[in-house]
Amino acid sequence: MELFIDFEGGSIVFRLVGELDEHSAEFVKRKLDSAITSENFNAAIFDLSRLSFMDSTGIGVIIGRYKLLKKQSKRAYVRNPSPTVDKIFRMSGLYEIITKI
Amino acid sequence: MSIINSMNLHIEAKSQNESFARSVVASFFVQLNPTLEQIEDLKTAVSEAVTNCIVHAYDKAQQGEIVIACNLSEKEIEVKITDYGKGISNIEKAMQPFYTTGEEGERSGMGFTVMQAFCDDVSVVSENGSTTVTLVKKV
Ligand SMILES: Nc1ncnc2c1ncn2[C@@H]1O[C@H](COP(=O)(O)OP(=O)(O)OP(=O)(O)O)[C@@H](O)[C@H]1O
Ligand SMILES: [Mg+2]
Repeated sequence: MELFIDFEGGSIVFRLVGELDEHSAEFVKRKLDSAITSENFNAAIFDLSRLSFMDSTGIGVIIGRYKLLKKQSKRAYVRNPSPTVDKIFRMSGLYEIITKI
Repeated sequence: MSIINSMNLHIEAKSQNESFARSVVASFFVQLNPTLEQIEDLKTAVSEAVTNCIVHAYDKAQQGEIVIACNLSEKEIEVKITDYGKGISNIEKAMQPFYTTGEEGERSGMGFTVMQAFCDDVSVVSENGSTTVTLVKKV
């Protein structure tokens, strides 16, 4: 699992590459949390175009980061999930708190 | 239904084995010529069950074993995932969406719900020191 961070306008973009599961969750959480608390941005975008796998551990990772962003009154967005990841987002209600763009 | 092929996998309950376990089961399933979507569904469901053994069945410091038994018949695969950990006392409750005994705010409690959405049948038995989740995926 790799995580790339860059900026688009006023948004921070988190590009998740690889497989997000229990094994990679700690690393991803740590990197995301440190960026969310130290970088300057207005909104966060999770770019999932190269996320090849995610299970319910990933739902927890995303919800946890959403809560952190919400505390700072920042919106969260997600884009380009694979069909399987999209299914997980839909069934867990994640799209109700994180808009797909 | 008559079984045409089977395989057994014994792994240590370590998170670095998750990816290996779900990939092995998915590769075995390929013999039935499933669609890409069916392969991805099974992979995700297996990952849920294996992760639960690692996270919930055994304490962090404890060593544990996970046994994954696969049976193929003409039109479906049956995957039995067994651990010998602490067990599930109330299975009905455990399977409810959003129910979790995991770390506050970091677990969604959606593992069983994902398994049910991605498989044709999910059943759980927890007794006499072992817990088995059985997944059935049809092609
Ligand atoms: N193999 C197991 N041994 C003991 N308890 C289990 C086992 N599998 C599941 N459980 C119990 O069932 C609950 C629900 O499991 P489920 O996978 O649905 O959610 P979760 O693992 O808590 O969260 P998530 O999967 O979304 O990260 C767990 O919190 C745990 O209490
Ligand atoms: Mg789980």
